[in-house]
Amino acid sequence: MLVLGAQFGVMGVQEQYPFDVEALRADFPILDRKVGGDPESPGEGPGDDTPLVYLDNAATSQTPDQVVDTISDYYRGYNANVHRGIHQLSQEASVAYEQAHDTVADFVGAAGREEIVFTKNTTEAMNLVAYAWGLEELGPGDNVVLSEMEHHASLVTWQQIGKRTGADVRFIDVTDEGRLDMDDAAALVDDDTRMVSVVHVSNTLGTINPIAELADLAHDHDAYIFADGAQSVPNRAVDVKELGVDFFAFSAHKMCGPTGVGALYGREELLESMQPYLYGGDMIRRVSFTDSTWEDLPWKFEAGTPSIAQGIGFAAAIEYLEEIGMDRIEAHEDLLAEYAYDELQGLGGVEIYGPPGDDRGGLVAFNVDGVHAHDLSSILNDYGIAIRAGDHCTQPLHDEMGVAASARASFYLYNTVEEIDALVEAVGEARDLFA
Amino acid sequence: MGLGSDMYRQQILDHYKNPRNYGELEDPDFTHVGENPSCGDTIRMDVGLDEAGETIEAVRFTGDGCAISMASASMLSERLHGMTVDDLHALDTDDITEMLGAEISPMRVKCAVLGRQVAQDGSKIHRGELDPDDRTITEE
Repeated sequence: MLVLGAQFGVMGVQEQYPFDVEALRADFPILDRKVGGDPESPGEGPGDDTPLVYLDNAATSQTPDQVVDTISDYYRGYNANVHRGIHQLSQEASVAYEQAHDTVADFVGAAGREEIVFTKNTTEAMNLVAYAWGLEELGPGDNVVLSEMEHHASLVTWQQIGKRTGADVRFIDVTDEGRLDMDDAAALVDDDTRMVSVVHVSNTLGTINPIAELADLAHDHDAYIFADGAQSVPNRAVDVKELGVDFFAFSAHKMCGPTGVGALYGREELLESMQPYLYGGDMIRRVSFTDSTWEDLPWKFEAGTPSIAQGIGFAAAIEYLEEIGMDRIEAHEDLLAEYAYDELQGLGGVEIYGPPGDDRGGLVAFNVDGVHAHDLSSILNDYGIAIRAGDHCTQPLHDEMGVAASARASFYLYNTVEEIDALVEAVGEARDLFA
Repeated sequence: MGLGSDMYRQQILDHYKNPRNYGELEDPDFTHVGENPSCGDTIRMDVGLDEAGETIEAVRFTGDGCAISMASASMLSERLHGMTVDDLHALDTDDITEMLGAEISPMRVKCAVLGRQVAQDGSKIHRGELDPDDRTITEE
């Protein structure tokens, strides 16, 4: 393995890959498919002759065969409901589903399955805490501190809980360079602050926020901290105890796993103290016509039949990532992000949002002078390039940036320098078309 | 050949870069604004009618948005001139894509038809058929 961070010299950037990217791509058959759109032969109607360049990983990542096979094995081999069967299939499904919680817990440094609740996604994890803790605990005079770069998952949720409880919702300023203004954070968090809810890695700016520092700030004021890890857990080693967070959430589908499942980490004593968010089957211990008692953690928060296949697939995705190594995945992301940042910057007429290329998560949001982000995305689609165009669920941040929309290219472990070259070339073509 | 690149034919780029009838009417018979919030596309249309209130005599538009929405509004402003109000109401999505002379990919149809919807809703409000407080929007 080559030394990371070495200058891109005579050797290609590819030489610095921390693992064999080409070999790994074989695990993702979708990456070999062709999509419609050849700008060299206009007028021939829809075709399907352009290799896919998938750069929309911050929205959802692709799924390796190993994960698809795990899910398929469940449905073909031991599909049964969990926790309620004496029969062998239910036993097998229950063990696999429960062990998936252990795998997720180990992956992020949680104490054990009792600290990991499977949810539908990061958004539902946020809502679980907002309803089960926020609605119960917050009132007039209290405040919740967010940042201006929050995803709607956190922003809208706390905004609405604030309206219902009378709690004030505050937003930490984002600097011109796209970082949190920590002086503003220190000024906003006070003794009436009950919760600090901040995104770990911004899905728009790529900023890696100082969560441990914010955790200390929150705890100094006896407030809790919830970090949204949807864009951090997929591509860097995360340890919730080291970060010092009280709550943490992420989604399987952004880290080679299936849709429909995510995880909420909560400190055990906190989860223990909270009332259930959803009621029903699977989460109860004893029910009478007049009262009910709850199951142990984490099942108390997993009412109804859960996403069993997806939960098991979630664990398979983690095993897949761990085999490559999170440090190496982070190194690859850093390499691609810096390369993309530099190349796009070098094109001219491109405005990139957020911190410099050597200090960001694996995504680059930008606009091209004179080209609306949606037009850009349509043109890139002709080159087979899938990027995101829009507000990326950060409308208030885009208002602050002074644009309605931006284009965003986001990378993952299977992306290559050649794909970024294709992106940059197509962005240049689009810029010239509109010039 | 993809659905997308065909959208950016010379005609569309020309109308986007040099929009026709861009501006406001001094004394319009009706004015209406529509917006697709997720795109940020906003279009305002001012329409002037003849004495009988049946035929469109003048159209101006202003707006901000993608090439498809702006070019479509620009072409529509030319097309509407001399058209009856009833004909305006008869314009459907196919008429708009035909006018644009390009195949519009499914995800972008909402951009293409925003200008038409603004004109139609403005007219309906003028006729008392639509509540002025109803928002004009063409995205889901």
